[in-house]
Amino acid sequence: MNQIRKFDLALIAACAAIFAGLQGAIFTGIIGPFWELNIILICINIILAVSLNLINGYTGQFSIGHAGFMAVGAYTSAVITVKLGLPYELGLVVATISAGVLGFLIGLPTLRLNGDYLAIATLGLGEIIRICILNIDYVGGASGLMGIPRLTTFAYVFWIMIAVIFFIKNFKNSAPGRCCLAIRENEIAADTMGINTTKYKVLAFTLGASFAGTAGALFSHYFFLAHPASFTFMRSFDILTMVVLGGLGSMTGSITGAILLTFISAFLSDFPEWRMIIYSVTMIILMLYRPQGLFGNKELSLKMFGLGGKHNG
Amino acid sequence: MKKWKKFATAALAAMVCASVMAGCGGKKEEAKSNEIKIGASFELTGNVANYGKAILSGAKMAFDEANAKGGVLGKKIVVIESDNKSEPSESGNSITKLVTQDKVVAIVGPATSGCVAAGSPITEANKIPHIAPSGTAPGLTVDNNGKVKPFMFRACFIDPFQGQVMAHFASNTLKVKNVAILMDSSSDYSKGLAQVFQATLEKAGGKIVTKEAFLSKDLDFKASLTKIKATNPEAVYVPGYYEEVSKIIKQAREIGLNVPMMGCDGWESPKLAEIAGKDALNNCYYVSAFSAQDTDPSVQAFIKAYKEKYQKDPDIFAMQGYNAGLVVVDSIKRAGSTDGTAIAKAMAATKDLPVASGKLTYDANHNPIISALIISLDGGVPSLKEKISL
Repeated sequence: MNQIRKFDLALIAACAAIFAGLQGAIFTGIIGPFWELNIILICINIILAVSLNLINGYTGQFSIGHAGFMAVGAYTSAVITVKLGLPYELGLVVATISAGVLGFLIGLPTLRLNGDYLAIATLGLGEIIRICILNIDYVGGASGLMGIPRLTTFAYVFWIMIAVIFFIKNFKNSAPGRCCLAIRENEIAADTMGINTTKYKVLAFTLGASFAGTAGALFSHYFFLAHPASFTFMRSFDILTMVVLGGLGSMTGSITGAILLTFISAFLSDFPEWRMIIYSVTMIILMLYRPQGLFGNKELSLKMFGLGGKHNG
Repeated sequence: MKKWKKFATAALAAMVCASVMAGCGGKKEEAKSNEIKIGASFELTGNVANYGKAILSGAKMAFDEANAKGGVLGKKIVVIESDNKSEPSESGNSITKLVTQDKVVAIVGPATSGCVAAGSPITEANKIPHIAPSGTAPGLTVDNNGKVKPFMFRACFIDPFQGQVMAHFASNTLKVKNVAILMDSSSDYSKGLAQVFQATLEKAGGKIVTKEAFLSKDLDFKASLTKIKATNPEAVYVPGYYEEVSKIIKQAREIGLNVPMMGCDGWESPKLAEIAGKDALNNCYYVSAFSAQDTDPSVQAFIKAYKEKYQKDPDIFAMQGYNAGLVVVDSIKRAGSTDGTAIAKAMAATKDLPVASGKLTYDANHNPIISALIISLDGGVPSLKEKISL
């Protein structure tokens, strides 16, 4: 126990060092606005990917409606700051809670389904959320909610990301987290062992949804507007791709996937005709030769490098 | 087997690295003193890539023509393209890159209003003139308080204008009183047009008998069309994009709704006739800023030059891109420098600039004043019906 805590402290210290380095580079202008934007986008994508990994990777429930929860967070926070003139911090909290509440309400009926059926249901729900927003004139309807101030800073996004990562990491190692893992491995067996499967599935879904809401709030307050076109099922697939690329059930995998795909996308913006081809070819090769993702369900650790040969890929 | 897997992983990693390197390579263009960089951020992939590509082709033509005439201020114009995947936050990303990495002096694009709105705060903050060739949302060039944004311009007429034009045409030329509206409730463009059309028509003594709605990407419209038919309208106004409109017209004719169909510039596409079929496309009218049959010499000159360059007929989007390019070139010339503030000032003062569709003047809100055309479709063949200036 003590060792784990020490390790965590060391990790946080390392994160603080990374933060200081990046923040310094942004201040001095070594990292220009374009790369600052992409680093912030990476952080937002990491939040989305690890929170989806909690649902899809740890609990084994195949959800592809993440963009919907992100939209809820983006719009509620924007309503709070733009329409009601309240502070941004409150917006972040309310975005998290409202997406979580919606996740809970949606999770209760849909998590009775499994596999393909759950995927279809969540996909549909994501689209329902988007189309509802599309028809609410109060938040701008189809033209989106414009005039949102840029309140998201690198510090906000980085530390919220670290908090979410640590929360999910510790959740996995907690008793409820172990229940989620048991459900992933075999739902019937878990049920027989006395685990209330519905409870833990809904718990994971609610937590994942609420973090997606946080990410949405950060997103809309960085890109000046909340627009329905930003939250289509393509966004859900993007997040899912990051998780699957890194390896379902691997947190470091999700993080790597988010970093890699955001970088590729940024680098290739000059070559639109190549972007989709390289993107899809990467996916096809990966799925052919490494269907379990880059890391499988293992975590990236120093051990992996030191004793790489003794691990089974 | 294990080795093989490792090899595959290594190959994959190499590919990712290579793609990243490719990205790096393209970026390191040194700023040359004899070049003027113009950023073109467009929807080159995604939902509306069709529009983005057409506008870009037109804009490039305007810049190439300026270069052929010896450039602007003795310098050559270089267009730097960037894709926004038809998604607003990507548009913010791409415009940030053009403004801060590539240090462009002006931005042309994107095509859709949402993407323009995401990029506009960035160009405003960096004092870079920004012209949206086809962004029609009325709020684009003004801020939340209704004050005009000093660096934001557009090159097309705005939605209220074409809604008014169509309502005038309905009451004055078609002489219809009872009109039904079928609009796309997922598009602001469509809803805005329907609203203005209704207001103008009612002012002229007309009446909206029913208002039905659909969602973009819908395939079957017969339920709405049957309801509309039951109200016996003299004409139907369908503000929307060609994808849905083509199916709507086809299905309307199938159920025997043969009254005139009226629409907006979103109809403009060769695909309209392809999907709807020639037999269904009769008695249809839409508003456009461009027609190949326009005998105006400037229009004919544009069409000829475009055909020579790209071996295909230009559409309205190509023309709007071309106009936007002309406005940028003209403003830099009149400003006499590549300073963003000076260019924006010159742009706002644009008056009677000869463009492909006539003459362009900016009003106080940076919206251009240009004339509109009514195009009629008979047997799928578009022909110029009327030129309207309000």
